[in-house]
Amino acid sequence: MTPRKRLMGVGATLLAGSLVLSACGGGIGEQTEGDSEAVITVSSGEPQNPLIPSDTNEVYGGLVVRNIFSGLVYYDVNGAVQNEIAASIESDDNVTWTITIEDGWTFTDGTDVTAQSFVDAWNWGAYGPNAANLTYFYEPIEGYDEVQVPVDEDGEPTGEDPEAETMSGLEVVSDTEFTVTLKQPESDFPVRLGYTAFFPLPEVFFEDPEAFGEAPVSNGPYTLTEWDHDTAITVEPNPDYAGDRVPQNGGVEFLAYTDEDSAYNDLLANNLDIVTNVPASAFATFEEDLGDRAVNQPAAVTQVINVPEYVEDFQGEAGLLRRQAISMAIDREGITETVYDGARTPASDFTNPVINGWSDDIPGSEVLEYNPEEAGSLWEQAEEMDPLGDDYTLFIASNADSDHQSWIDPACNTIREALGIECEFDAYPVFDEFLEARDNREIKGLFRGGWQADYPAMSNFLGPIYGTGAGSNDMDYSSEEFDAKLTEGNAAETPEEATEIYKEAQEILFQDMPGIPLWYYNTTAGYSEAVDNVEFGWDSDPILYQVTKSE
Amino acid sequence: MLWYIGRRLLQVIPVFLGATLLVYGMVFLRPGDPVAALGGERGLPEAVAQQIREQFHLNEPFFVQYLYFLRGIFTFDLGPDFTGRPVAETIANAFPVTFQLAIMALVIETVFGIGFGLVAGMRKGKLFDSTVLVWTLLLIAVPTFVLGFVAQIIFGVQLGWLPVTAGRNPDFESLLMPAMVLAGTSMAYILRLTRTSVAENLTADHVRTARAKGLSRSQVTNRHVLRNSLIPVVTFIGADLGNLMAGSIVTEGIFNINGVGGTLFESIIRGENVTVVAIATILVLVYIAANLLVDLLYAVLDPRIRYA
Repeated sequence: MTPRKRLMGVGATLLAGSLVLSACGGGIGEQTEGDSEAVITVSSGEPQNPLIPSDTNEVYGGLVVRNIFSGLVYYDVNGAVQNEIAASIESDDNVTWTITIEDGWTFTDGTDVTAQSFVDAWNWGAYGPNAANLTYFYEPIEGYDEVQVPVDEDGEPTGEDPEAETMSGLEVVSDTEFTVTLKQPESDFPVRLGYTAFFPLPEVFFEDPEAFGEAPVSNGPYTLTEWDHDTAITVEPNPDYAGDRVPQNGGVEFLAYTDEDSAYNDLLANNLDIVTNVPASAFATFEEDLGDRAVNQPAAVTQVINVPEYVEDFQGEAGLLRRQAISMAIDREGITETVYDGARTPASDFTNPVINGWSDDIPGSEVLEYNPEEAGSLWEQAEEMDPLGDDYTLFIASNADSDHQSWIDPACNTIREALGIECEFDAYPVFDEFLEARDNREIKGLFRGGWQADYPAMSNFLGPIYGTGAGSNDMDYSSEEFDAKLTEGNAAETPEEATEIYKEAQEILFQDMPGIPLWYYNTTAGYSEAVDNVEFGWDSDPILYQVTKSE
Repeated sequence: MLWYIGRRLLQVIPVFLGATLLVYGMVFLRPGDPVAALGGERGLPEAVAQQIREQFHLNEPFFVQYLYFLRGIFTFDLGPDFTGRPVAETIANAFPVTFQLAIMALVIETVFGIGFGLVAGMRKGKLFDSTVLVWTLLLIAVPTFVLGFVAQIIFGVQLGWLPVTAGRNPDFESLLMPAMVLAGTSMAYILRLTRTSVAENLTADHVRTARAKGLSRSQVTNRHVLRNSLIPVVTFIGADLGNLMAGSIVTEGIFNINGVGGTLFESIIRGENVTVVAIATILVLVYIAANLLVDLLYAVLDPRIRYA
């Protein structure tokens, strides 16, 4: 959930909205001859951070940063990894990676993009005192721990400087080659390199990061021309761009909207070219309103209900039966149809359909099918072992500042009917209050979790959430077997092999049910009659460089 | 007169301190940890979170934090918010457009409210009066966001007469529809207030006397009826300026105006205490100034009122 995570907090619908799609894009027809001078307008919002790649962890800034910077690789419309600046990324053991880059790339200030530009950028992002938001992406690199701020047992900074200023795992071989040494094998390391944290930075950045964040010097398809705070960000094609994503338009204006409905109405009036998030109020009608200009495809976001290990009711054998019973008591089809009008897709695993190698028939996934009779009898069995009583109330916790009550209430209804217990929405007024309760292990029942992939890899949906001691494992779930599968997958020789191992890891999750997958988000978006060749990527970003506009 | 204004301005000081302390206390009591939310579902590294808490003095006790805030106010340097942007800049960006919107709404509601109210009051019980009353009832009954969306869809999307949203460059044309929507409810109140007041004054002794003196109809209406009827209306309008500025959050959202309402809402959600308190403080000052102005206007409208 990193890049768009803020969305989760600020507006549920935002997150919801910011989705993706993969395979079934909005149909690019024959190339239409556009007006290459025309500027595309896109609905967005005010970035929450300076436009520094390793600091940008939310969706609005992310969209801009991914269009003005180029990294070693980029993700195409299907989420597949394509080399951009990289000439090759190779490793014999998944630990030491040799990366060579293409000649001829420059930043907009005329300086060259060299191996040093990457190494310096990553070192800056990892260096503790810089407090970059995406720091954890560098964690797998050898020497990461030495550049962190030393802390005492309570986690309070000791006030000393980090042991080292740069990570020992990064080594520049020549202007066009560098090596990365990881702490352990990571088979999907090349997939991660398309994420913003791994973009290069020019020398001028290090002189004054603050000024840079306002007016970045970049190397991507576009370059920033103006940031009118709270209102709009304008970018124009970068004449020195050396990659394949050459802009087919005269630039992009990212317009800040505080209300998704107003953006949608602007689209209907043809005042806006691309809406990245159709508001929930229009889910039922937008495909009719927009016809083939409506986009509705899977997004890399998966919604689950997590089961904390510290809640007694769900422990042991009876607890496991209860987890299964609750899962089978939720009518995923019904809710995605009636509440979301098809803008969500019932889940059949713990990851997401936009990921290569995803499959919907992992052994154990039957527990995700709506089966009230079976659910009722499982709950009965659990009651015989360890009675909770008929007046038991199940709490499902979430933040109330985004729209989650609309699915928790109907889910509770079917749970009540199937299991004969009470079920309630345990509302936390704002997102950070909810996070705090999770961090402090104060949740009194189940709690909502939503995860958006940072990069298109299956491991991204598993390790950070269900690995023992992982940053987002607020359930305190811990399984040696599962952890072993993660390690094995990381060391796999090919991505395909890794995928098979991660599927086995998911079988373990289905046995233990530390979380109850609910549904995948869809990218619900649309565009006006004035633009053509509009597609949305696996990460729900519109692929802007190829958009053409006729006047 | 000057003495009176001076005394009123002196009262601003305790009101200012009390208001800021109260608002600061309320946002301080807001549960949750805004710094944790910066990292979203994934969370920030603890060292990063600590650094941010220290930078914003979030580990200090309440009164120390409040004193930091006061220092910021009096040195005209409120510092940056969590995103690194100066709070003063955020506020300076938000107020002009909201002020413009509020003034436009104020003019609309005053002109139409008093105008129609006067006519309706003069013709109490006639067809015009009854029609206007039904319309005002509708305006008062229909919530602003319904009015806003309907106006946006009909006049913006379908008919295309006015811009759908104000967006980047809010000019007179694009603010016209939001201003009318914002003015709607208040206009209805002003209209009804004026109507009742005018109808009452028409039968007052001094008006009968004026008529008996042989003054023309328009002289009677303008000088004796309207002027006397305006005192309750002016009181209402004065208080309404503050409401229009603080209460435009719904309208601003619908028409995508980057003003005070949206900024305040976002800041509350994000736990940007300094921004919240600063905006609330400015709004309090606007209320105080508007009230002072209203009190001074009383003297102009009613010669019997003198301030010393």
